[in-house]
This record gives sequence, C-alpha cells and structure tokens, in this order.
Amino acid sequence: MGGLIKSSIARKVAMALSGLFLVFFLLQHFTINFTAVFSPDIFNELSHFMGTNPLVQFALQPVLIFGVVFHFVMGFVLEIKNRNARAIKYAKYNGGANSSWMSRNMIYSGLVVLAFLGLHFYDFWVPEIVHKYIEFAPEDPTRYYTELLHKFESPVRTGLYVLSFVFLALHLWHGFASSFQSVGFNNKYSSAATKFAKVFAIGVPLGFVIVAVVLHFTH
Amino acid sequence: MNLTLKIWRQSDANSKGKLVDYNISGVEGDMSFLEMLDVLNEDLVNKGEEPVVFDHDCREGICGACSLQINGEPHGPDRLVTTCQLHMRKFNDGDTIYIEPFRAKAFPVIKDLMVDRASFDRIQQSGGYISVNTSGNTQDANAIPIRKEDADDAMDAATCIGCGACVAACKNASAMLFTSAKVSQFALLPQGQVEATERVMAMVNQMDEEGFGNCTNTGACEIECPKGISLENIARMNREYMKASMKG
Repeated sequence: MGGLIKSSIARKVAMALSGLFLVFFLLQHFTINFTAVFSPDIFNELSHFMGTNPLVQFALQPVLIFGVVFHFVMGFVLEIKNRNARAIKYAKYNGGANSSWMSRNMIYSGLVVLAFLGLHFYDFWVPEIVHKYIEFAPEDPTRYYTELLHKFESPVRTGLYVLSFVFLALHLWHGFASSFQSVGFNNKYSSAATKFAKVFAIGVPLGFVIVAVVLHFTH
Repeated sequence: MNLTLKIWRQSDANSKGKLVDYNISGVEGDMSFLEMLDVLNEDLVNKGEEPVVFDHDCREGICGACSLQINGEPHGPDRLVTTCQLHMRKFNDGDTIYIEPFRAKAFPVIKDLMVDRASFDRIQQSGGYISVNTSGNTQDANAIPIRKEDADDAMDAATCIGCGACVAACKNASAMLFTSAKVSQFALLPQGQVEATERVMAMVNQMDEEGFGNCTNTGACEIECPKGISLENIARMNREYMKASMKG
C-alpha cells in the first residue's frame, strides 16, 4: 500500500474520493437548507437532529472536517508539484483551445470556496460550538430557523454567499465529473454520469443560492 | 504570405534562452510547417547566421520526432496531425507565430527547439514490453483468440508515437496519456497479463521519478494528441494501478 499513497495516481484517486465525499455532504446540506424555504418546523427539526445527535457530532463531523482539510491540503500539494513540473512557462499558451477554463483553474475556484468555508465556519460553526460546548446554553430546538434568517439579513453577506456558490458551481463543473475518470470509471455509462455531474454542479449551488435569496427578500 | 516568427533560441541546455523575431516572406500555403522552417534556415545559413535547431525525421507523421509548441498548442492549431503534417495554409498573411520547444522539467531543452525526450524512453524501458521466449517454437499470436473490441482498443493505444504533445499541452506537464497508452496496449491483450502488475507499477513509478506533473483531467492531451489517444487509457491505467497496488 506504500506505493499507493505516494504515487501520482494515488494522489489523484485520493483527491477524487475526498471530492466525492464532499459532494455527498453538499447534497445532504442542501436538502436540509432547502426545507427552510417551505417549512421552518422541518428545518428546525432536522437542524436540531444534526446539531445534537452524538453520531453526527462526534463521528461524522470530525470525518467531514478531515475530508475538507485533506481535500484542500492535497489540492495545494498537487498545485505546487504541477507548477514545478514546468519550470519555464510558455510565452504563448492557448489553453482555451483544448480545455475548459474550469478545468484549468480549479485552484482559484477552490481558493474562493475555501475562503467562503472560513467565513461559514466563523458565521455558523464557531457560534454553534460556543453555544453548545463552551457556554452550555440551554437547548432550544426552534432557534435554528431564526438564526438562519438573521444570517441572511445583510445584502452584502447574502451577495458574498451567492458569489461563493457561483465559484463552487465552477469547481464542481469540472471536479465532480472528473472524479469518475480519476477512479477509473470511463465506459459506456460515462457520458450519462458526466451529464448528471454537470446538472448537479449547477443545480445544487443554485439551490443554495435560491434559499439565501428567498430568505433575504422575504424576511 | 509574409509572416513574423517568434522563435525560442537557446544555445545549449545550460544557457538562458529567449524569443527572437524573424520575418519570412514567400511562404506558400502548401508548404508544411517544417518546410517553412527549412526555408528560414536556408536564409539564415546564407546570411552566415546559426540555423534554428528542431527535431524532425520521417516527415509523414509516424515517427514522433517532430515537436514544437506553435502559437500555444503542440503541433499547432490543426487536429490529429504532427508538426510535419501541418500546412502553412492554416495561417494567414501577416500572422505572428510563436514557436517554442515542448516545455516540461522532464523534457530539458538541448538546443533551440530541440528537447530531450529520453524520459519517455526510460518509462517504456521500465515495463513497456512483454517477455517472450524466442526459442523457435513461440506460439503464433494470431492463434490466441482476442475480442475484436479489445484488439481494436489495444491497437488504438499502440498508435501512440511518443511525441510528447500530451505533456506539452497539459497545464501540469503530465505524462499520463503517454504512459497509459503504453500500459493499455498490453493490459488489453492476453500476452500482457503475466507481467501486468509489475508493468503498471514500474511504469508509473518511473513516470513520477522523471518529474512529470499530476493529471487533473483537463483533457487537453486527448485534444492535442496527433494520434487521437483517448482518455479511456488513463482511466484504464488508474484501474490497473489500483488493482496492482492491492496485490502488493
């Protein structure tokens, strides 16, 4: 297994698998967020479950954090290695002739998403941890929806949120479909899988944006 | 047509190179790109200047010797052709054409536009073969039944001429398309099965040691490959490598 971890293919597969894991998480996150648009009660109930269930809190949450950290650290490692593989750049490079902007700029779309994650942690996760594990505040199962509305009051914050999800869509546009190729999935079903990945790449970030915009303008 | 050429000139591997401008006139659309460079070199020699060094051999698109990054694309703007098959009719009168060597740490410049692609040879030597006892009673390969689809895919992979366009096109200077084609041409055939595990491990390890970058699936290599080598080969190599790693 030593070779599997050190080689370029191992890094590629690891990047793909951590990305696929984050895609699953994103879908679950989106499903919960979307309930806020039509039922504050369901949103509160699901958020309360996710925020208090020990399995989610102490098993899945650390795995998620590891997945996120691994994905972006590996992304930086690969970027540095790849830049070193071509010490002298081309005077003229026509990347647009043979590849998409999204595929060539994953590091930049990823950096925007990472910056957003920093803001998101500061905004949601840190207050949540302080509330539960530092202040030991009394648990109120109906607080989540009110807190969510509060976060989307500011047009600047909502705008940043929307912009971040545009970059997430760009990142997923290449990353999700590309992960199939990385794990060796390239056959007669690849075209359908790629189409699904592209629909997901647009649909899920758009869903997050819709939730933010609807809550911003209706409250 | 009259053209302005911006050509990379570098006197040897250790020198610092630079782009030098040359004006060339009387270029015919029917000339190949290399013939156009021949005309330029003739002119330079007549003027007592050093001719531009570039790789070439068969000049019919099968040897893999010619290279050149032309206006930011390996083998120029045409598809499924090598530089020697690229015609000047693809350019317009008055154009400025950038001509640079294939750039990668694993392809050091020897002189001007000529690069050392021996790293590809070392990848091939590390496992791109099958061991057959040629004692005089070797089994006829045609006597072994092979699915038509597998034979076709193996043949397609084997059409890789090892020119290095995949590396030159890739933003990461990755050699995965080349290596995967060389792995695939054997992985698809029964004769290649015996050494399959050792082959993929050795070739990928050698590829990494040479300092090529990592594949990020941009697909640029497939588009720019003069032989149309498919990305399916990279997926196959990934599978072969994972399988081999599990075996230890």
